[in-house]
Amino acid sequence: MTALKILVCVKRVPAPGARINITADGQAVDTAFLGFTTSPHEECALEAAVQLVEAGGGDVTVLTLGPVDAEEQLRYAASVGATNAVLLATDGSDWDPQRTARAITSAVRDLETTDGPFDLILFGNESADSGGFQVGIRVSHALGRPMVNGAKGITVGDNGAEIWRESDAGREVYRLQLPAVVGVKEGINLPRYPTMKGRLASKKVKVATVTAAAELGGQQMVRLRTPAEQASKTVVLGSGVDAVPAVVDLLESLGVLK
Amino acid sequence: MILAVIEHDRGTVAPAALEGVTAAARLAAQCDDHVEALTIGACADALVAELAAYGVAAVHQAHHEMLGDYGPEAWGEVVAQAAHTLDPAAVVATGTDRGNEVLAHAAASLDLPMVANCIEFALGDTFEVTRVRWGGSLLEEATVEARPVLFTVAHHAVDARPADSPGAAEPRPFEPELDPSLARSLVADRVERIAGITLSTAPVVVGGGRGVGSAEGFASLQELADLLGGVVGCSRAVTNNGWRNHTDQVGQTGTRIAPDIYFACGISGAIQHWVGAMASKNILAINTDPNANMVTKAGYAVIGDLHEVVPAISAEIRRRREAT
Repeated sequence: MTALKILVCVKRVPAPGARINITADGQAVDTAFLGFTTSPHEECALEAAVQLVEAGGGDVTVLTLGPVDAEEQLRYAASVGATNAVLLATDGSDWDPQRTARAITSAVRDLETTDGPFDLILFGNESADSGGFQVGIRVSHALGRPMVNGAKGITVGDNGAEIWRESDAGREVYRLQLPAVVGVKEGINLPRYPTMKGRLASKKVKVATVTAAAELGGQQMVRLRTPAEQASKTVVLGSGVDAVPAVVDLLESLGVLK
Repeated sequence: MILAVIEHDRGTVAPAALEGVTAAARLAAQCDDHVEALTIGACADALVAELAAYGVAAVHQAHHEMLGDYGPEAWGEVVAQAAHTLDPAAVVATGTDRGNEVLAHAAASLDLPMVANCIEFALGDTFEVTRVRWGGSLLEEATVEARPVLFTVAHHAVDARPADSPGAAEPRPFEPELDPSLARSLVADRVERIAGITLSTAPVVVGGGRGVGSAEGFASLQELADLLGGVVGCSRAVTNNGWRNHTDQVGQTGTRIAPDIYFACGISGAIQHWVGAMASKNILAINTDPNANMVTKAGYAVIGDLHEVVPAISAEIRRRREAT
């Protein structure tokens, strides 16, 4: 195994599973009463990076573009193994994918000018909240590096990185020369919990903060809204095992009991 | 012209791709225009007949020695060049993993916006869309100024439907110029899936949540799934506990399912799970809590302990089958 310099790009999002409310003007998610976390695919990307560095040496830098409160996600990343943290601070408004990718690309160029190139840049497959499916791909194009999204496995050897992912047809294997960009999917690992030592380290890590700046992209959010609730009335078939004949009647009527 | 990018696997059309063609036809009808299709790789040339049924006027068949199998960058570059050469008003694909990936690569290459997972769309002076966020629990209305507009239509948002009158589907060769360096991200190897049904296509899914209690607790769910020719699914809590593999996870960060019936056993129904299950044609929730989200959202419910109810359902199915 070789020592790797890895950058992981993460996003602060409301905790998945929460009911999401929208502000009265429809311009943002109402953050009152919401807990925040790292977008799940990216939490797994971070874990994958930490595991690669534990196995072969190197270091992990974590980067986020978001409100200053996103420092919380950077410190969390430090508590599970990231050693450097970069915050591209915004005013918290919604950034379109092109703009986000431009800002991250320029930040990567700055970091690489100072500290040398990253062997791997990891993203999540898509962010849990806005789900644009493209920021990592755009950054890879801007940097001229190969990119594979949806990774469920990453190994690195002398000949580069081997990535595998699931498709409907089976398991696809890609072999990429480094430096490369990879989008990671949840399920590649189970992210660890911070240790006490990690928590202490996270308080000491220096978060390099710069104001994010980039030209607007061509996609403009007009407003957010919640989908109309389906007016469904649940048919309760019964309680406990007494309901079983009604359940099997239902299966027969739906034609699934062939 | 509206250009539909056809997702296929070594020449077999992805059923989801026909949703994108249907959406393209709908958009074309809105603006009194027509649909053409783009297939990538010579192995997809035979798809012409199938595409004709969807009202496609012409099929641009991209041929290049590098296009024998899938490669996200190479496919994206083909779409970018086709968009440049053919000058469509919009380029459409279905919002599957590959559909979003290919259009994102094309958009990155063209430095144009790409709008993922739209459910409504109208093309006027600007392009107005409604797209899904949070896997469908939140909607975003957005405008896009670009030519062409690149977008994907959310999987399951549009039912694939052949056109009232078929199109000519005239084959037209398209020769992209692909830089040899793009071979760097072609599929290098593939381990074929063992024949069988997958979670995303299964007609019956028996899903378990935290209420199942343990990895062993899934045995009765597996038994019911086997009886009905279905598969087992699970919630995120289950994979986080290590009871099932993530490949069984139904939800926003797992698999989207659309079975004839989904048994949601001991699943509370957090938004993250619901958005993966909501395309199911019928949902039967089995839960001790009558107020659980999954119970109130499901079409059918049994209030009770899944550890008693699920084995009893299997027993009743066997009893009826033996009686006939």
